[in-house]
Amino acid sequence: MKKLLIPALLSAILVGCSTTPLPEDTAGAPVESRSGSGTGVASVTADGVDANGLPRELTDPKSKLSQRSIYFDLDKYEVKDEYKDLVASHAKYLSAHKGFKVLLQGNTDERGSREYNLSLGQKRAEAVKRSLTLLGVSEAQIESVSLGEEKPKDAGHDEAAWSQNRRADILYKGADGRGEF
Amino acid sequence: MKMNAMSRILRFIFLPFFLLTVGFAQAQLSIEITGAGANRIPVTIVDFPGDPAASRVITSTVRADLERSGLFKLIDHNNLTFDENAPINHADWKSRGADALAAGSIARSADGRMEARFRLYDTQKGVSLGGAAYVTSNAQLRAAGHRIADFIYEKLTGEKGVFSTRIAYVVKARGQFLLQIADSDGQNAATALTSIEPIISPVWSPDGGRLAYVSFEKKKPVIYVHSLASGHRQIVANFKGSNSAPGWSPDGRKLAVVLSKDGFSQLYSVNADGSGLQRLTQSSGIDTEPRYSADGGTIYFTSDRGGSPQVYQMAASGGDIRRVTFEGSYNVSPRPSPDGKSLAFISRREGRFQLAVMDLASRQVQVVSDSNKDESPSFAPNSRMILIATDVGGRGVLSAVSSDGRIKQRLTVAAGDVREPAWGPYYQ
Repeated sequence: MKKLLIPALLSAILVGCSTTPLPEDTAGAPVESRSGSGTGVASVTADGVDANGLPRELTDPKSKLSQRSIYFDLDKYEVKDEYKDLVASHAKYLSAHKGFKVLLQGNTDERGSREYNLSLGQKRAEAVKRSLTLLGVSEAQIESVSLGEEKPKDAGHDEAAWSQNRRADILYKGADGRGEF
Repeated sequence: MKMNAMSRILRFIFLPFFLLTVGFAQAQLSIEITGAGANRIPVTIVDFPGDPAASRVITSTVRADLERSGLFKLIDHNNLTFDENAPINHADWKSRGADALAAGSIARSADGRMEARFRLYDTQKGVSLGGAAYVTSNAQLRAAGHRIADFIYEKLTGEKGVFSTRIAYVVKARGQFLLQIADSDGQNAATALTSIEPIISPVWSPDGGRLAYVSFEKKKPVIYVHSLASGHRQIVANFKGSNSAPGWSPDGRKLAVVLSKDGFSQLYSVNADGSGLQRLTQSSGIDTEPRYSADGGTIYFTSDRGGSPQVYQMAASGGDIRRVTFEGSYNVSPRPSPDGKSLAFISRREGRFQLAVMDLASRQVQVVSDSNKDESPSFAPNSRMILIATDVGGRGVLSAVSSDGRIKQRLTVAAGDVREPAWGPYYQ
């Protein structure tokens, strides 16, 4: 278990970085990142699973399920209406694929108490968890954790960075244990 | 005289840059005084006869300690050297502006040990205020200096000095987190723990021998108790979810902790060996940052049960919960003072996160810092100074502020961010 954790987390971090809405960043296969480098070769990945062993529908930028981040207002942990559809899509997928598990990671911006932020991040992850379970997802499929302010996605010190860091991320793992965490 | 003080300060600032070349593990804190008390006591420390090198270490340590406290004004000793038994021309020192004078000597015994003796005089009254002798060694000369400075501080201010104490803090540099321990003047920094994952919330056990803290090394927050002398570490809480925010009970037997094993952050108490877990709060919101009062009867904590994060108090056994802070929409990180008289916390005012101190008798609150990103307050054991983490030019630094806000010191590390300070107990 311990041996699995580090590579699994590394891949989780890699995927975590690739959940921005920009299409060229989202594909899991690293070869695609070379497509813009002037080689004249357009990279295509065959259907099936991505580099983490997850179904393409979870990572293909054309799929709604590739959107994994839910953003929050300052001091808040309510899931805003604009993310209800996104959460519903994930709930539907998880209900239909009971073998899949998700890790919900809550994050906060850097301001204020580190300990309070750790609790606030937990609340954000829990809020997403509650939304999923209310839509029928089994609790056994969900783990929620907080990273507080300790792992900022954007290292800046302004509102643009802070708004990116007030966030919960959804990481997937398949029945075979392969995935993003 | 001003030049002397200045050069001493400069030495503190520049010393770390030389040490950097020795190796990062030695990363020293440097201390800069940025504010001083209104009525500083003028005092002179003359050079000690005997071993000139040892004298220099001891007297410069004493002078720097007194100066840094912001409560003393050092009067030039004119390079005079005499011992604790020499006759003192009180009128002469009085006319030079020194209200007090300390003289001493260093004697080397046959077994290689040294004895530092000194006596403190009140030049106004022309009397001795007492003295002491400390057995020391070459490696412990600074420690002897701190003890002498503590003696002088206590005699002249009436409260105990904290120069012999240690501080803990976390340095983030080069992708690593270092939990470091240093003397109160930032010297002798030693790294207790190095990790590539965050380390937060260190707190000293009341006996000063152990630190409890939260480490993310298992990819999630887990609470450890770390014995400093042996390096032995024990996991105190590693439940499902987050384990964080340890606070020692004053008898050192228990820790108040925050666990999210039941979904969200709630307060529990646990024995220092991890046994005897007891839940203390039952809320549907966030309860965190528990700290025992000095008498052990009360726990102060942060909760959003009223809609915004505020400071609350409750009986240490749970129950009898009362709200403590009311001004503003964000008051967190409560720290009761060791003398039981006040409560330090971080208050957000117009978007600025500032150190505030509440007088517990009158419930009056005073903002005592002028910075924007204050975090993690920690009282000195004499309750006079509060160490905080803050931000200067985008870099994490520590700042020590007197509880009345007048005296300020800044502690920086040349090559990284410093955060999560914890002031240790009195020397034992």
